[in-house]
Amino acid sequence: MSDMHSHNGHSRNGGLIPLEALVEKPSKRIDIEELRKKLAEGRGPQFWRTLDEAAESEEMREYVEQEFPGLSGQIPQGVDRRSLLKVMAASLAMAGAAACTKQPKELIVPYVRQPENVIPGVPLFYATAMTTGGYARGLLVESHLNRPTKVEGNPDHPASLGATTYFEQASVLDVYDPDRSENVLNEGRLSTWGEFTGKFSTEAQELATRKGEGLAILSGPMTSPTFLDQMQSLAQQFPSSKWYVSDPTVNPAIASAAKKIAGRNAFVSYDLSKADVVVSLEADFLNCGPAALRYARQFAKKRAIDNGETPVRLYAIESSPSVSGSLADHRFPVKSSAVPSIAYQLAAACGVSASAPGGAPDWVNIVAQDLQKNKGRSVVIPGEWQPESVHLAAYAINAALGNIGSTVNVLEGVEPENTHSLEELVNDLNNGHVETLVILGQNPVYTAPVTLNFQQAMRKARMVVRLGQFFDETSRWSHWHIPEAHYLETWSDARAFDGTITIQQPLIEPLYNGKSAHEVISILLGKPDQNSHEIVKGYWQNRYKGGNFDDFWQISLHDGWLANTAIGTIKGNAVALPALDQQPVNGLEVVYRPDPTIADGKYSNNGWLQECPKPQTKMTWDNIVAISPKQAGQLKVDKGDMLRVTVNGKSVVGPTWVLPGHAEDSITVYFGYGREGSGRVGNKIGYNAYLIQDASTPYVAAGSVAKTGEQYRIANTQETQTMAGREPVRDAELAEYREHPNFPTRFEKPQPYSESLYKDVKWPYEGYKWGMTIDLNVCTGCSACIIACQAENNIAVVGKDQVARGRHMHWIRVDRYYSGDLDQPEMYNQPIPCMHCEDAPCEVVCPVAATVHSNEGLNEMVYNRCVGTRYCSNNCPYKVRRFNFYLYSDWNTESLYGVRNPDVTVRSRGVMEKCSYCVQRIQEAKITSDKEGRRVRDGEILTACQQVCPTEAITFGDLNDKGSKVAKSQQLPRKYGLLDDLNTHPRTQYLGYVRNSNEALKSNKRSA
Amino acid sequence: MITEKIELPPEQIPDPGPNRILSPGHDYQSVSERIGGVVLLPLVNSPKKWLVGAFISFIFVNILMFCMYVLFFRGIGTWGVNIPIGWGFAIVNFVWWIGIGHAGTLISAILFLLKQDWRTSINRFSEAMTLFAVACAGMFPILHLGRPWLAYWLFPYPNSMWLWPQPRSPLEWDVFAVSTYGTVSLVFWYIGLVPDLATMRDIAPKMWQKKIYAVLALGWRGSAIHWHRYQKAYLLLAGLATPLVLSVHTVVSFDFAISIIPGWHTTIFPPYFVAGAIYSGFAMVLTLIIPMRAWYNMRDLVTLRHIESAAKLMLGTGLIVAYGYSMEAFFSWYSGDKYESFMYWNRMTGPYGFTYAMLIACNIAIPQLLWIKKVRQTIWAVWVLSIIINIGMWLERFVIVVTSLHRDFLPSSWGMYIPTKYDWGTYAGTIGFFLLLMFLFVRMLPSISIFEVREVVHHEAHERQELLEAQ
Repeated sequence: MSDMHSHNGHSRNGGLIPLEALVEKPSKRIDIEELRKKLAEGRGPQFWRTLDEAAESEEMREYVEQEFPGLSGQIPQGVDRRSLLKVMAASLAMAGAAACTKQPKELIVPYVRQPENVIPGVPLFYATAMTTGGYARGLLVESHLNRPTKVEGNPDHPASLGATTYFEQASVLDVYDPDRSENVLNEGRLSTWGEFTGKFSTEAQELATRKGEGLAILSGPMTSPTFLDQMQSLAQQFPSSKWYVSDPTVNPAIASAAKKIAGRNAFVSYDLSKADVVVSLEADFLNCGPAALRYARQFAKKRAIDNGETPVRLYAIESSPSVSGSLADHRFPVKSSAVPSIAYQLAAACGVSASAPGGAPDWVNIVAQDLQKNKGRSVVIPGEWQPESVHLAAYAINAALGNIGSTVNVLEGVEPENTHSLEELVNDLNNGHVETLVILGQNPVYTAPVTLNFQQAMRKARMVVRLGQFFDETSRWSHWHIPEAHYLETWSDARAFDGTITIQQPLIEPLYNGKSAHEVISILLGKPDQNSHEIVKGYWQNRYKGGNFDDFWQISLHDGWLANTAIGTIKGNAVALPALDQQPVNGLEVVYRPDPTIADGKYSNNGWLQECPKPQTKMTWDNIVAISPKQAGQLKVDKGDMLRVTVNGKSVVGPTWVLPGHAEDSITVYFGYGREGSGRVGNKIGYNAYLIQDASTPYVAAGSVAKTGEQYRIANTQETQTMAGREPVRDAELAEYREHPNFPTRFEKPQPYSESLYKDVKWPYEGYKWGMTIDLNVCTGCSACIIACQAENNIAVVGKDQVARGRHMHWIRVDRYYSGDLDQPEMYNQPIPCMHCEDAPCEVVCPVAATVHSNEGLNEMVYNRCVGTRYCSNNCPYKVRRFNFYLYSDWNTESLYGVRNPDVTVRSRGVMEKCSYCVQRIQEAKITSDKEGRRVRDGEILTACQQVCPTEAITFGDLNDKGSKVAKSQQLPRKYGLLDDLNTHPRTQYLGYVRNSNEALKSNKRSA
Repeated sequence: MITEKIELPPEQIPDPGPNRILSPGHDYQSVSERIGGVVLLPLVNSPKKWLVGAFISFIFVNILMFCMYVLFFRGIGTWGVNIPIGWGFAIVNFVWWIGIGHAGTLISAILFLLKQDWRTSINRFSEAMTLFAVACAGMFPILHLGRPWLAYWLFPYPNSMWLWPQPRSPLEWDVFAVSTYGTVSLVFWYIGLVPDLATMRDIAPKMWQKKIYAVLALGWRGSAIHWHRYQKAYLLLAGLATPLVLSVHTVVSFDFAISIIPGWHTTIFPPYFVAGAIYSGFAMVLTLIIPMRAWYNMRDLVTLRHIESAAKLMLGTGLIVAYGYSMEAFFSWYSGDKYESFMYWNRMTGPYGFTYAMLIACNIAIPQLLWIKKVRQTIWAVWVLSIIINIGMWLERFVIVVTSLHRDFLPSSWGMYIPTKYDWGTYAGTIGFFLLLMFLFVRMLPSISIFEVREVVHHEAHERQELLEAQ
């Protein structure tokens, strides 16, 4: 029979070439839409011939197999035309149904409006939650006709306060990832959920007869009350079963130290709103951990200087520069393995009895004096990758300084007790104690340290069941693979760091019939028919003791979290510091870290995160080996030179990145790359650092490094990271600021407006006058704004090759600059969106008037009119314009249509684009206010970058409204315009950076 | 009337030397036959070098077509342009070709008005060169658009959206400057051709050739009233074309001077662009005419006098260009502006420093050899120098376009420009296209003005007469 491709293969692509770097052709699949079109066009005999041909084609067979797994086995190889046609009719109908997304069957409650008010074009927001390391962050997710398109933080949720990190922002793309696993697979063959539940129920009955002997559950950290309840039931039914918990992005020492401090499961939390001095012992507290967003907000508030306050002083002691470290007033690069000794030395200097090693650097005493001067108003934060001793030492110092109860609180733990570690699981597997292994979400075949040899161990289990979003490394070695529902597709709940119970409600039916961990465990509990909604709601129904449950449930879903569920503080014990558990590594140390944007590898198929410039390096699409400038000099390597990193005889090869401020004799490697089971985005890029990770020294180890002589092409978005004598970022010491609050513009002559060829046409801007202020004093450089902007504005991903050619598309970028000593540099972060200049150089040079000024001061880009001369970009002194050199937007992958914001044009090839101040949000607010007959209120419009910012560094609003935040901020003396001397009159203004250095450390001051 | 057998003169005709614009012994008929003969030569009798040259040029035209196909199909990303370097080879080549296109009109119009009779042998040729160079130049602004199929939006045409081009943009001025220049050059060239087309009509041996030339000759009969009107029209057009020589490159330089990019934003650009354009135009004339006069054995018509005069003009305009460079450097230092001074320092010592060094060598240092009379009168030396100057002028545009853009105001967005094979292919392809047009022109139209050379014969005869009478 004729090949289907001759009928339908060639028409769709037209003249559009997809970007090779991103789009490999997916395996040959029938295009059901094409077929339907074909059939709709067909008439009479021709119609039937098409259908016949289709029925007998290989693709149709494959399609049926994918849609109706199991059926294909029933269709004999010889053509039973009638039955296949019947199935096809159903498939075609179903394909139509699948094209529109479905709202979950169960009642979900919108945040603001009732679902019956669904108006096409008017988005609804639903409260839900995403968990990282088991802890929840409350979210509000924008839904356009039941498609989740954009994630925002839930302003009322304690762990979010309205902000998110880029992981939450990018998570919405994962929903539509075309590489997600779509089918239940049994040893590589297509199977069904029904078949699995049957098999697994039998297995459960068998296990029950042995009291669960040989049953092992491996999951990430969990705080979900429903899940914990399920696990409790499981432990009752299968008393001999074991629950193992592992997550490569979570250091178990944090919990074990907290347990020692409180005597039971606990969580040490900080209240930075009361801290005047913060010491970080390699803690990236502003960026990592379940409470980071809250800490960032508190810290930013404490850095306020405009009303004469004394800002908080941050000392960062760390090996590799972190997001928090870049904001430090004093940063001390030390080896990661030396942090425990320094913690003990600091403890001793603060009056804690600690067996501190001698030879403390001078600055330890100075820092200790500063801490002691600020008793009760200081805090020492231990690093998330540091061993128990550092956590205990930090607590002891805080206790000695009287910070407990003020800046430090010990909260009752919400994580389950009696869980086991990954090492124990491997032991049990190797000893033959595990027969049935259920892996919920984690990907240990890839992420387990190489010394555990997890894959070999896993194969000793008789039955391995894997719940995962991708058919990845672990699934390939499992007997059963179950597609996991994305968090936006299923019901669950979880606790925030402070115990606040947060409900995770779905926004969309699982696109690929994904299942949740609740449903898998429910099979073991003998209730295979229960779905997540029944399980979660059922749990709360049982537990709810109040009046009307439906009201309670409605309110909980609406708010996204349960009021008054935060857990109280408990008393910490006085901890005697144990002997140092880690001595500094002699010689070179290798520091292991999750990748800044890809984490442990779980986001490796996410194009947004792959292309997000990593905060410290501005690298994209690769992991690097970070080394100090001195070390690079010794090794005679520069960025891009390949380095072989060897630990315990195992080695990996990765490209060098010379990172100013990195500690000497120390190199940092990053997890998350070198994958083979990820997808078309994440496969085969970078090196796999797990291959040199030793389970006994998982976060820092002795190793060696050597130059291989090879070169590697790296794609970073910022080549030059010094300011080259210009002053894009203007900074001052606190004393200088007090004397000259206008320090950024102190030596600048104001530019008279009259110096213009077009002086008579100065527009008065009588209506709205939009403007933005970015406070450099609190920007951490966390880069959440980049991804928020990408999600909001349908910004295309261009791939590594194009980034390397200087063609990334981000509308807002975060510039990173260094100044001073290379080994101990000052670091600056500067977010750069479009400046919306009043005298915009881009506008005058466009020959077709494709970029024009609005009467509210917006510099607007008219995509339809753009012919692509690129003159506007050349003439933009800020270089914020981005050009579609190819057809970057993916117009062909249907699953990605869903993630796009319908309020923003998807750009085509050959047009310029740039930041619009989120003009779609401005218009929406203006329409609303017009209908209500009033002006837009201050704060009614939040740009995407502003909304996501954890430190509220970005302010946007109407400059004509003198009471607005943005108008007030632009009155501040430390305001300055970037490249103001060009007379562009930028509407985006910056607030200068002020450093609160310690006088006693002047010799250690980092500026040149 | 040319007889049945048309071929080139059998042996080398000697050059009459630097003082004569025509070898002695020519009469009206010999001039017609010598110049017209080149055109009417049967294809098989063409010099081998012509055939080889035309074929190679044709290959390059195919490369151009392929590069354009890839460009239209896939997008501008096939080139090396990026952010911040939004303009690359396309604009470099555009300005280079436009510059080359200056010599023709300058020789025809300005030298005509200045009554420089040595221009007669080379004006037709350089006018054709101008036209073809403008054709090559005109391609690039369209090719470099992100959406080239919408190039017509740059023209002010009435449309239902009531949208007009944006008159403040220098690119819009370019549209008018270049299209006006192209049109006037074409008309000027064609008017100058009319009497010769009539000659060709008269001497062509075959009827179909006669017919074609007859149509093109617009009924020219050579009557006194024709000549009277012709001379008026030619003078008027020369007057019209003269300011255009200055205006085109001035407007092209505005593309840069109007912007705010350090290295572009310079008031000296208009005069120094015009001087540079004439500089490169004469270089290109010499590059082409020296081989042509050798291949077609026309040393008696294009004499050392022509070559030396052109070389002197190159030297002169080259010095203006050198002045331009030094003032640019001086003012970027003298301005005290950190962006300006960094720009020039980076231009000289940055990653593209080698292009600047080559530029100075090609455009300033080496051409100083032209001070030496011996060099000016050594044909091969002038030819090599003309090539060097062509390269130098291309580098000048590269340096201006790329090194200014690649490091502008904010260090965070500095970048590098690396041309791709499609950049090179398109550039080489337009050179092939240009040369192919030149090769075809030489074969289809009299490349030297027949009637003007006849005038020279006439004048010389008079002079001889007067000389004899005086004796």
